[in-house]
Amino acid sequence: MAVMRVNPTRIELSSLKKRLKTATQGHKLLKDKRDEMMRRFVEVVRQNRQLRIEVEAELESALADFVMARASMDTAALETAILMPTRQIGIEVHRRNVMSVNVPELEMVEEHHDDTSSYPYGLLGTSGDLDEAIAALDRVLAKLVQLAEVEKTANMLADEIEKTRRRVNALEYVMIPDLQDTIRYITMKLDENERSSLTRLMKVKSMLAERDGV
Amino acid sequence: MGFKALGLTVEYAYDAEKAGFAIHRLAREGTAVIFVTEALAEQIPETLERYKSSMLPAIIPIPGNEGSRGFAMANLSQNVEKAVGVNIFVNEEGE
Repeated sequence: MAVMRVNPTRIELSSLKKRLKTATQGHKLLKDKRDEMMRRFVEVVRQNRQLRIEVEAELESALADFVMARASMDTAALETAILMPTRQIGIEVHRRNVMSVNVPELEMVEEHHDDTSSYPYGLLGTSGDLDEAIAALDRVLAKLVQLAEVEKTANMLADEIEKTRRRVNALEYVMIPDLQDTIRYITMKLDENERSSLTRLMKVKSMLAERDGV
Repeated sequence: MGFKALGLTVEYAYDAEKAGFAIHRLAREGTAVIFVTEALAEQIPETLERYKSSMLPAIIPIPGNEGSRGFAMANLSQNVEKAVGVNIFVNEEGE
């Protein structure tokens, strides 16, 4: 029982009652928000797991190809081969609102593409492993961007859920019981005051009657 | 890394300090997505933490040459634990 430090007056009582009402409404809303966010989060996180497993497997094989290419080629030759990419890739970002959390929506855009080949080098003088590695990386890239979007969303949702849960708990276990206790305390105190003034009046009345009667 | 051939901008960083600086700089320049190898990501938890709750940039750990270390997966289940309170994917991870 935690009673707030307030004066037991009627004004205080009615303002506390108002606060209790707001707190209860807020609690209900936040609880709904938390539940819905949790549902979304579980969806997102499942997707995230799935994507991550896929991406990691693909990326690993692509990088293994790349290591092979690096082993079979001269380092300088490899670096010159990929030094000037034929295309430039950018990311377009849109905001999406998921339960009042602003999450990014990413879209890969090719800013320019010089020629038909996606390889920035001639086929002569580079090993076939490099071609394979780059083709594989190219395939992973789209998924990688998707993964970035999903993972960021999961991160932000997790953060927000934690905050909301704290608020819900604070309301449920601290604010609302405190308010209820205080309201009860004030009601009791006011009733007590009323009873004591009533008995005082009765006493005075009987004293007056006694004096006048004599 | 081979990503350069695909038109991504590649930054090289071999130690935690340089990686931290590079990420901060990229973030200031308005980069949307940064891929970091897991080996490096493990060394710069503070930097990752800082950008975790902001919308941009999304910093995504990816396996490097030596394969996946499970760092990103650990991150994922950490997220789940944070949000739900318990890891609800425990049984699936045992596969």
